[in-house]
Amino acid sequence: MSANHTTYGGGTPGAPAWEQDNYLNHTHGLKSWLTTLDHKRIGLMYLICILASFLLGGLFALLVRTEHLTPGRTIVDADLYNQYFTLHGAVMIFLFIIPGIPAALGNFVLPLMLGAKDVAFPRLNLTSWYLWVIGAIFSVVTIALGGVDTGWTFYTPYSTTTATHVIPVTLGVFILGFSSIFTGLNFIVTIHKLRPKGMTWFKMPLFLWAVYATALIQVLATPVLGITLLLLIAERAMGIGIFDPALGGDPVLFQHFFWFYSHPAVYIMILPAMGVISEVIAPFSRKTIFGYKFIAYSSIAIAAFGFLVWGHHMFTSGQSALGNMLFSALTFSVSIPSAIKVFNWLSTMYKGSISLKTPMLYALAFMFLFGIGGLTGLFLGALAVDVHLHDTYFVVAHFHYVMFGGTVIAFLAGLHYWWPKMFGRMYSEKWGAVACALIFIGFNVTFFTQFVLGSQGMPRRYYNYLPMYTSYHQISTVGSYIMGLGFVICAIYLAHSLLAGKKAAANPWGSVTLEWRTPPIPPHDNFDKTPLAGDPYDYSQVRWDAKTGGYVWVDEQSSAAVAG
Amino acid sequence: MSGHSSHPDYLGHHYDTPEQQFDSGSLGMWLFLATEVLLFAGLFCAYAIYRSHHPEIFLYAHQYLDKNMGALNTAVLIFSSFTMAMAVRMAQLGKNNHVVTLLTITLLCGFGFLGVKKVEYEAKWKHGLLWGKKFHPEEHSAGAHGTEALHDAGVTTAAGVTTAAGVATAAGGAGASHDTGASHDAAAMPAGATDHGAAPATGGSTAAPVGINPANADPMAVRSNIAPPPAGPAGLAENAFEPKQKVNSHATPKERPSNVHIFFGIYFLMTGLHGVHVIAGMSAIAWVLWRTMKGHFSAQYSTPVHLVGLYWHLVDLVWIYLFPLLYLVG
Repeated sequence: MSANHTTYGGGTPGAPAWEQDNYLNHTHGLKSWLTTLDHKRIGLMYLICILASFLLGGLFALLVRTEHLTPGRTIVDADLYNQYFTLHGAVMIFLFIIPGIPAALGNFVLPLMLGAKDVAFPRLNLTSWYLWVIGAIFSVVTIALGGVDTGWTFYTPYSTTTATHVIPVTLGVFILGFSSIFTGLNFIVTIHKLRPKGMTWFKMPLFLWAVYATALIQVLATPVLGITLLLLIAERAMGIGIFDPALGGDPVLFQHFFWFYSHPAVYIMILPAMGVISEVIAPFSRKTIFGYKFIAYSSIAIAAFGFLVWGHHMFTSGQSALGNMLFSALTFSVSIPSAIKVFNWLSTMYKGSISLKTPMLYALAFMFLFGIGGLTGLFLGALAVDVHLHDTYFVVAHFHYVMFGGTVIAFLAGLHYWWPKMFGRMYSEKWGAVACALIFIGFNVTFFTQFVLGSQGMPRRYYNYLPMYTSYHQISTVGSYIMGLGFVICAIYLAHSLLAGKKAAANPWGSVTLEWRTPPIPPHDNFDKTPLAGDPYDYSQVRWDAKTGGYVWVDEQSSAAVAG
Repeated sequence: MSGHSSHPDYLGHHYDTPEQQFDSGSLGMWLFLATEVLLFAGLFCAYAIYRSHHPEIFLYAHQYLDKNMGALNTAVLIFSSFTMAMAVRMAQLGKNNHVVTLLTITLLCGFGFLGVKKVEYEAKWKHGLLWGKKFHPEEHSAGAHGTEALHDAGVTTAAGVTTAAGVATAAGGAGASHDTGASHDAAAMPAGATDHGAAPATGGSTAAPVGINPANADPMAVRSNIAPPPAGPAGLAENAFEPKQKVNSHATPKERPSNVHIFFGIYFLMTGLHGVHVIAGMSAIAWVLWRTMKGHFSAQYSTPVHLVGLYWHLVDLVWIYLFPLLYLVG
């Protein structure tokens, strides 16, 4: 592992050293990637897989929307439609959103931000990736076998009686769960044990706080999903009777088990997104983050509250009135730490010197969309309102505003923000803005319409609908096509950037977290010497350098000795 | 992270010091143990819910588990935890010969545990004391002689399998059944297993097969062969099993609470998942045993032994909870 120190820095004249030897070309061949223990490569492998899953899930979404262009049959039968929305949900949630930011972006960035050479357990990290791949194979096999039609929630008793392939997909999710657990475990230990000198807990970049809170949930909630899915498999394969009313079992118990994981899982999805936004807002406002400790603690608070609200998915499942009231009150309480974050981001921007680069555009879109998503969550947390809105398109719109408007948009913000560090290339800012605008507009056309649909009573997951809903469905479908176009443009300019993009400076945005101390493409071992961590949001540490087209560190300029 | 030259072989390149690596490994293992606890927590939760809603099922059905076997396994695992702890200590001291011996004993304890579990499972299987859809306690006696043999069927199979199935008929009288019931009553079910062993002996004709049984070279099998719950007419003997509950006081003798199979479902899930963990723990022990014999560890570095030790203690701990919850109900 240390052999590369001899080669690194020994480049021939003409090309800078970081181009001669970096993590991308340190070793060659497919095998060197598939057996790599380098967190950056593992992060990239996750990124590729996750984007492929996003494409798959997105295609199912477009099929679902296209089917809804007209009442009754448009392109497929009801059975196939059921499989489409199930696969859309399952692929997007288990293969894309949950691992998206932590496993792909987090893997790449987390050790760099800590000034470390790798995560605490590199082998376990690679194992997580393989588990993800195996889990994904099960899902793909399920599709090949003819799909599954239970919805991503696998509610009993339907999931124990349907003829579709529930077992392979549940097994896949079980395996994906372990991938997620191991990633979380790895990150917690890394943050505890591999922080550099000078980086106390309250000098960590906020992304690390968010990932830490996420990892806590991953470790504490996912095993419960694991056992729930094992019970479901046992129920289906052996008729164990625990969820089967015909055998004295309780199907609502499945809902409790499922949501005990899957509600906290919502915070697995959104917390790292919030972390990305914290990282993006500050440098593009050229202002230190406002209310650092509040943002840090609110991540932990969200993680803690997240475990106490699962019952709000079962307001109409026959819970006791007392249970409903408690869950409703706790649900409202989650909005407090979430709102604290949003207020702090807005305050960070206040009187800042805002530059509307692509990552910042996505961050602004995030705040708008997450604001709507979060506030409509309060409608659903109110008991009386929820009875009316439960299982309607209002719910669908709400969680898409949070999951897509929140997590996916933040994922895009993070992808664009760290793209130069990953590949050493810039992308077209112009096309970046165009794609962002299309996605933002398309998203709102698609899902704001669904708030209206839902409040008028359109039930979710239905194949058919009354003619009165037709125009809303058509508007929504058109919106989804606009979004799709935005993503196609995004894919094109990012691919172009890889092949012919302008070479990036080491620190193009002027951020001061440690990952920007590495060369444009980091070397295999990240840092020759562990850097000394300073304030992660003090932008006087860097200044613009027109020669390189990026920012340079003041301390490195004045004397190289400081970094020791 | 400077100073690569001072890096010993066992120290990962991304760690500064062996202490940092050890602390990381320990924290990682403790977190993993937390996930394991939560994995089992789902089942404990299911147990708590069903037991609080249907205590009669648990009171009734737990008698069909063999307390002696459960106690034996508890002892085996506690002893193995002791040898594991000793192995960890010896590894820290660098006494690898002792480590090998102690790990081998721990591993053998693991095999012993699984052996006992196998005997118990086999007995349940024979009597159809299984989960949900597979719960057919009368099935085996249909193989023998219909439902009337139910109560002493435990004895029947214990003897019958190895000797003669015909004994079952002889033993099948209601008298024997009542005897069993009576002994249960009197002893308030302190040890259902031995009760069963004794009860049929008073029943007369069954005494012989029971006496013969040790010849099976498997006395445990006899004990575990507790009578399966009756179905149908012969059920009257079952009154004894639930004198207090009387949940289903129908005129028809349906004394077995409905959905008894829920208990067996939970029993098999919990002990089955635990069994998988025992196997995983044994694999891990075998791995560090092999590495110890290869000379990978020294007084300076024996972290894997330490970590596997932690895991094995958790596996034991889960059983410490399972045993009273499943075997010692009421």
